[in-house]
Amino acid sequence: MEEVAARFPYFMIAILLGVGVWGMVGKRSLVKKLIGLNVLQSAIILFFINGSIREGGTVPILFHGEHGNAEDFVNPLPHVLMLTAIVVAVAVTAVALAFLTRIYREFGTVDEAEILSEMERQT
Amino acid sequence: MADQLPALIPVPLLVLSILAPMVGLWRQKLAFWLAIATIAFSTAMSGWALAHVIAHGPMTYKFGGWEPPIGIEYVVDHVAAFVSLIVMAVALAVVVATRRMAEQEMQGRQGLYYSLVLLLLGGLTGMVVTADLFNLFVFLEISSLAGYALVFLGGRKGMLAAYRYLILGTLGGAFYLLGVAFLYFGTGTLNMADTLAILSASEATTAISAGAVFIFIGLGLKMALVPLHLWLPDAYTFSPSSVNTLIAPIMTKVGAYAMLRMFLSVFPDGYLVDEVPIGQALVVLGAIGVVFGAAAAFRQQDIRRLLAYSSVSQLAFIAIGIGLATPAGFVAALLHIMNHALMKGTLFLAVMAVRMQTGATEVPALTGLGRRLPITTAAFTVGAIAMVGIPPTAGFFSKWYLSIAALEQDLWVILAVVLISSLLSAAYLFRVLERAYLVHSPADMDGTNDELEGEARRSRIPLLSTTWEPKIDVLLPLVLLAASTILLGVFNVAVVRHVLEPGT
Repeated sequence: MEEVAARFPYFMIAILLGVGVWGMVGKRSLVKKLIGLNVLQSAIILFFINGSIREGGTVPILFHGEHGNAEDFVNPLPHVLMLTAIVVAVAVTAVALAFLTRIYREFGTVDEAEILSEMERQT
Repeated sequence: MADQLPALIPVPLLVLSILAPMVGLWRQKLAFWLAIATIAFSTAMSGWALAHVIAHGPMTYKFGGWEPPIGIEYVVDHVAAFVSLIVMAVALAVVVATRRMAEQEMQGRQGLYYSLVLLLLGGLTGMVVTADLFNLFVFLEISSLAGYALVFLGGRKGMLAAYRYLILGTLGGAFYLLGVAFLYFGTGTLNMADTLAILSASEATTAISAGAVFIFIGLGLKMALVPLHLWLPDAYTFSPSSVNTLIAPIMTKVGAYAMLRMFLSVFPDGYLVDEVPIGQALVVLGAIGVVFGAAAAFRQQDIRRLLAYSSVSQLAFIAIGIGLATPAGFVAALLHIMNHALMKGTLFLAVMAVRMQTGATEVPALTGLGRRLPITTAAFTVGAIAMVGIPPTAGFFSKWYLSIAALEQDLWVILAVVLISSLLSAAYLFRVLERAYLVHSPADMDGTNDELEGEARRSRIPLLSTTWEPKIDVLLPLVLLAASTILLGVFNVAVVRHVLEPGT
């Protein structure tokens, strides 16, 4: 049980990854695919942040003249990287939503199978 | 100034991509000239960088003056300068040639269109010059986002194709990032050279190997390696002609380059073969992909779809070269990156010219094309011959180097794959050429071949007996690209000796 508790974040991240990929590949609705994508991206962001934690670590800020031991601080680099990754995720989501509104206006649905049959009917 | 070169390749493209839509709002036509000037500048910088690297060796650029591994570093070595020059030169030719097609297809939104083109190229060249794993991810997403938006411009069918491309492409980016997380927590660095040094000095761990697998799944999606190619045929077929002519020759090549980078400067020599069997997987998937892509291309009626499946097949070639993980294999892969960019550029540009002049995209509609568009059809023929791999075109030499690299490791089956794919390529491309040259157009039918004539009539191509070539701004880039596939075939030894062998 303790084994599981110690690795709890990794299990959660693995579950989120699975949910995300399942949503992207298994769902017919284009909106749900996008939600799956967002879940997947969140899982990866959490994985980075989880890796930056140090037991008993504190905020990585040094004042003038102070000298710290790297072991006492949380690793700030993954946080910085994930800020960028969040920006990328937001940009992707925005582009996908813009696509979705155009697709919905064009086909009147966001269901992939219905869009395909609509296209078949047209040609 | 020469020490600034690594930054001077991608940065102007990114900056001007923000300026282009504003200029486009003011004067539509000016957006094109701005874009072409920027692309020409970056092409010149890539060429200068290549000359500089050949003369003085690799150069590095530290962003903001921060020493790596803390800061982001750009490195231009032989391979990076070579790929960057190929990407930019082909893009320059294509953007010049697709100007009037883009005017037709974008209808008053050229400013935004050229902004996306510059963003795409900025992202691609950024991926080529960066020496930082996370920076590579950012450029990967920049170029991909521009690519999704460009494909989306292709009307009703393009919309769904672009959305699927977005979902799968972002999945690829996410897997790459997950792999980088494993590498970062295993080594504590994101700089490629630093990662290489740390991995060389330490024992292989499961975490690093898992990270490598995730990175290669991600990049495999980006370079459309079988079975991760599902987004590619629709994206190429349903995007606007000006767009697929641009993305087909260059975009997936940069994904392949990123894979090569992993072998060359991130993982120690032999790591990706001995510790985790990624090299072997690439060779096997590549061999399957070469045959599958060529077989699928044979069944297509739409010529753009035919060329898309042929891209799947040719990219698998590059994957085999990378997967062999020997200097000879890398040389073959890089040579094929160049050759395929030139060949696909020629073929897609010829198809665009045909579509512009006749509106035709289906194979039966190409009947009698050799008589009506002789120069365009001749350029297409050169591209097709190069694709099959007949000497002295460039396509022959990359297959030659790949065969030699495979035989070094006694992989006779690769030789068989190369031969089978050449035969299949010949079959599907000569099917097009037969239409273009040997079947008469409706204008000069004499009633001797009812079946073919009926088919040509049904496809409703204009009845023209005079030549109907596109204007010089399309013809000149097309002829230059076609000529370069022959010239670079003849002079391939120079390319290999001065650029590729020192780089790998």
